[in-house]
Amino acid sequence: MKDNEKVFKALADPSRRKLIDRLHERSGQTLTELCEGLDMTRQAVTQHLALLQDANLVTVKWRGREKLHYFNAVPIHDIYERWIRKFETQRLTALHEFKQKLEKENGK
Amino acid sequence: MKREETFVYVTYIATTPDRVWQALTEGELTRQYWKHENVSDWSPGSTWQHVADNAERTVRLVGNVVESVPNKRLVLTWGDAAEATDTTKHSRVTIDIETVDDMVRLTVTHDDLKPASDMLRKITNGWPRVLSSLKSFLETGKPLNTWA
Repeated sequence: MKDNEKVFKALADPSRRKLIDRLHERSGQTLTELCEGLDMTRQAVTQHLALLQDANLVTVKWRGREKLHYFNAVPIHDIYERWIRKFETQRLTALHEFKQKLEKENGK
Repeated sequence: MKREETFVYVTYIATTPDRVWQALTEGELTRQYWKHENVSDWSPGSTWQHVADNAERTVRLVGNVVESVPNKRLVLTWGDAAEATDTTKHSRVTIDIETVDDMVRLTVTHDDLKPASDMLRKITNGWPRVLSSLKSFLETGKPLNTWA
């Protein structure tokens, strides 16, 4: 599977988005910390984390005997560059043209 | 006391470790995808500077080279040029370059960041853009127009 497809697939699940939000709030958490207050079994969280890791959205680092999970923002930025920015640019251009048209009508 | 923050950024690039090393350490290349030149002789103990690609050549970041293993690992201290002498405010960047299958896995670990600091805000915006642009630059020859 291509990298971007893995990212889209990983983001398609609300539980995984929830985990990303929690890691974004505080990067570098253990599995136990991540499970706290979540309505998910530890096993389900482990499976979701594996998928997020495979999509490169989560990176694991060991600190002593602690396995810490970090959110990696780079794949989401890649998607932003590929899929969002160019449409934003079009919208901004349209807005700019609209403004010029209005100003012309007002005789400025 | 709140513990200091660590951020980890990873990207996979279809290239070779020596090209990634060059792209990070040669000002002529960093300028193209980062709009800044990284300037140093990259020997452990030396200083390094992050210099804007403008007429004034504004120095934005300064620090020391802690560890330097060409094509593999680079560890730097990282401080705002305005706080060059106040090393208590400096953070630390570890860059690891590994080969995974036919790709390079580039990991940037930025730690010792003060919670809620200006630098923390800057780097969390900055690293994803820099690494996306670096990936595009090395894979297609074109950087991203991310600083426009």
